[in-house]
Parts: sequence; structure tokens; C-alpha cells
Amino acid sequence: MPVNNTPDGPVWRQRTQAQSLLHWAGWLLGTAVFVVCWQQISDATTWFFVWDAPRIAGDIWTRATPPRWEYIAQLGRPIWDTINIATLGTLLALFLAVPVAFLAARNTTPSALFVRPVALLVIVSTRSINSLIWALLLIAIIGPGVFAGIMAIAIRSIGFCAKLLYEAIEEIDQRQVEAITATGASRWQVMAYGIVPQIMPAFAGIAVFRWDINIRESTVLGLVGAGGIGLQLSSSLNTLAWPQVSLILLVILVAVVISEWVSAKIRGAII
Amino acid sequence: MSTELETLIGRPWRRPPLIRRVWLRWLLGIGGAVYLVAAIASIEVDWARVWIGLDRGAQFVLAFTNPDFMSRWSDIWAGMLESIVMTVAASVVGIAISIPIGLGAASNLAPVPVYLICRGIIALSRALQEIIVAILLVAIFGFGPLAGFLTLSFATIGFLSKLLAEDIESMDRSQAEAVRATGAGWWQWINYGVQPQVMPRLIGLSMYRIDINFRESAILGLVGAGGIGATLNTAFDRYEYDTAAAILILIIVIVMALEYLSGIVRARVQ
Repeated sequence: MPVNNTPDGPVWRQRTQAQSLLHWAGWLLGTAVFVVCWQQISDATTWFFVWDAPRIAGDIWTRATPPRWEYIAQLGRPIWDTINIATLGTLLALFLAVPVAFLAARNTTPSALFVRPVALLVIVSTRSINSLIWALLLIAIIGPGVFAGIMAIAIRSIGFCAKLLYEAIEEIDQRQVEAITATGASRWQVMAYGIVPQIMPAFAGIAVFRWDINIRESTVLGLVGAGGIGLQLSSSLNTLAWPQVSLILLVILVAVVISEWVSAKIRGAII
Repeated sequence: MSTELETLIGRPWRRPPLIRRVWLRWLLGIGGAVYLVAAIASIEVDWARVWIGLDRGAQFVLAFTNPDFMSRWSDIWAGMLESIVMTVAASVVGIAISIPIGLGAASNLAPVPVYLICRGIIALSRALQEIIVAILLVAIFGFGPLAGFLTLSFATIGFLSKLLAEDIESMDRSQAEAVRATGAGWWQWINYGVQPQVMPRLIGLSMYRIDINFRESAILGLVGAGGIGATLNTAFDRYEYDTAAAILILIIVIVMALEYLSGIVRARVQ
């Protein structure tokens, strides 16, 4: 136990001398890194604009209120597209994520040496790139539109769903699998009766959770041209139609809140 | 023998249905099918355009085997550095702000007015997408990493405070009460009764959030809020797939490194 020897006897302390020095050095380094980073940001900023910001914000606020309520008539189709992008994208992603998850889970992969790393690479690479970047890429390849949005959402979600799913598969109760195997079931039957029922609740939870996230993400995909309400947002921003922008932001906010409520309800019902 | 068992004997076992109520099962099934048909029918796909584009897709995939780091290296380097700088600064500030808000949003610590205010801040931050916040902040503060830094800090607050508050709400009350029983003041109570219980999870979540912040910082450049996104967008617009592939590879490598690091840190603190 680290103690300080004082004339009145030893006093307890949390760390030894070396530990506290190391701790202090760590904090110093961290602070220095932060200060350097802040310096970089500060250098790249036009501070005049920042001091002017309250006036600009007030200006935008007066331009944006009240929202142009009539415009909502034109938002029906984009909202439908947005919901479709999220839903179909999630379905496609789940369809693709299930095999990837089974290949990536240690207890179901056919080959831990060759197949598993490939599946993990698919998971990491699809997960680390944002759906907006996937959308940019897919628009260059297959052209702008809802289809590119669906594909972008689907690809981005594969990694997310597969990662959570393979972790669920690795945590299953092995005895149930053994019991099914003992009846002489084939590989596929073991999967259908031993593994799938155990991961079904996790699967449903992941699906709804990801759907909720995808609703959020699909609202902004239109900014790069991949369909949905973001398209309207982008054109309103480009024409400085602030009353339309504020209405679109309100609609997005409502959509996000509703989707979160729905997903919380469904997850509550499942678990 | 009961008659129920009698009727079951001799019949093959059937898997119980996922949804027990028959009418609900049919309703959900038919509703889902109708929605799917309507949704798929409303998508217009220009297959000819897709067919032409597949060529470009193949080029892009090939570019991954031959990424070009060199010809735009100075742009890539500047963008990456800016992304990292934004991530570090925003994570530090975001985490520092989200701790008091997380404390305020825990219903077992905070008085009701404070609780409501903090929950309101969290709800606002979670409901607004990063990229939308970035658009507004770019309009207000001008182009550059400051808008990105503020966006990421704001998003960090919503994420971290909510999870921290939930962790505090589910903590072990008896430990906190034991500290309180020694006559500790409010700060001592937080410091010795609450903080040790939530610290491992807070560190884990913070590492995870740094990871997310870096990923998000890669797209903020699309709307002018600094970072690698602007370079990436330009590369796509100019069909320089080899440069785009290089940037994407760098992003993936950094995210993987961060995940590995956070795995080590989380394993150590838990």
C-alpha cells in the first residue's frame, strides 16, 4: 500500500510516487494535445464571423419564422421516399448481414482461419464509412435517386447489424445446439432449430434499432442527391428559402421522434 | 391420460408461430406485403443508367487495389489532420460538458427542474442530425473547422450524457448511501459514492464516442465544416477514384486503430 511517511506516522495515499508522476505526465500531455488542436482550429477560423454570429443567427431566425406551412403539401412524396429508403435499406442490410454474421461468429464459421477474417473485414469496412459517403460513391456509380439511397443505407447497415448479430451468436447457449445435434440433425437443421430461435429476440431488436437510426440517416441522404426529404432541404438551402428550411427541419424532427417512439415500443414488446 | 395429450400423440411437432394471435399475424403479414409492394413500386430505377455505371463501379473497386496516396498527398494530409484535430478538441470539450449534464439528467441525483432542463438538452441534441447541425452552424459561424468542432461537441453531449445518466440511475444505491452515511457533503458523495461506480463505463463510452466523432468528422466537410470530407467529395466529383480509395482506406485504418485502442482501454478499466 502506498503511504507517505510523515513525522506523525504513515498517511495513506492512492498512488505511489512513480504512479502519480506518470498520471501527472499523462494529464500534461493530454492538455498539451488539446491546446495544440484548439490552436489549429483557432488559426483556421475567421474570428470576425464568430463575433458577428449572434447577429447572423438572429437574422436567420427572423427569416426562417414563421415556417411556410403551405409547402408541406409538396413534402408528402419526399417523406414517403425517406421512409422507403430507411425500411428497404434496413431489410436489404439484414438479408445480407445474416450470412456475414454466421461466417464471422467463432462458433458457426466454417473456417476461423480464412473465412472469418474476410467477414470481419466486410463488417469493419462497411461500418467505418458513413452512409453519406456510401451515397456519394453510389451516386457516381448508379446515378442519383432513391435507389442509390437504399443501397447506401443497406451497405452502411451491414457492418452494424452483422457485428451485433455475430456477438449474439457467439453468446448462445451451446447445450441447446448440442441437444439438437444429438438428435442427428444436419448442419442446416441445427442452425434452424438450435441457433436461430436463440438469436431471434436479438435479431428483432437489432433490426428495429437500426431502422430507427436509418430513418435519421435517410433524412439527410438527399443532401448529396440520394433521394428523400434531404433533396428538398438542399434545394431550399441553395435558394435561401429559409421558411421552407425551417418547415423541413420541423418535419424531420417529428419523423425522428416518431421513429424513436415506434422503435422503443417494439423493442419493449420484444424484450 | 388427458384428452389434450391424446389428441397430440401421433401428430408431428410443429414449430410454434412467432406471433401467437392469428388475426395479428395475418394483419402484420398482409400489411407488410402491401407496404413492400407499394414501396418497391414507387422506386424508379433507371436500369440503363445502372448498367452504364457498373463499369465505373468496377473501376472504383479496382482502384482499391491500387490506391493513389501520392498525387494529392498534401490535400489528404491537411484534411486528415483537420479531421483528427476536430475529433480531439470536440471529444474533450463534449465529454467535459456532458458530465455535468449527465449528472443533472439522472433522476436519482438531480432536483426535478434541473432534471427536465438537462433531459431537454439531451433530447434536442439527439434529435438533430450532425449534418443538419453542421449546416446551421456553417451558416452562422462561417466555413471551417470551428463549425465542425461545435457540431461534434454538441452531438457528443447528447450521446454521452444520456448513457451516463442511465448508468447513474442504475447504479448500486447502497454504496452511495454508505458514503452519505459517513457525513459526506454533496461533492464528496458524488466523488466517492457515484463516480467510482460509473467511471469504467464512462471511459468506455468516451472511447467509443471518440471513434464515432472521427467517423462523423469525415462527412462534415461535405457541408463545409472542415475535415477530410471536402477532399473526398472533390475526389469523387473529379472521378479520381484512386485518390478517393486512398482516403477511404485511411479512414478505415484509423477507425480500426481507434477501435483496437478502445478495446484495450475498455478491457483495462473493466
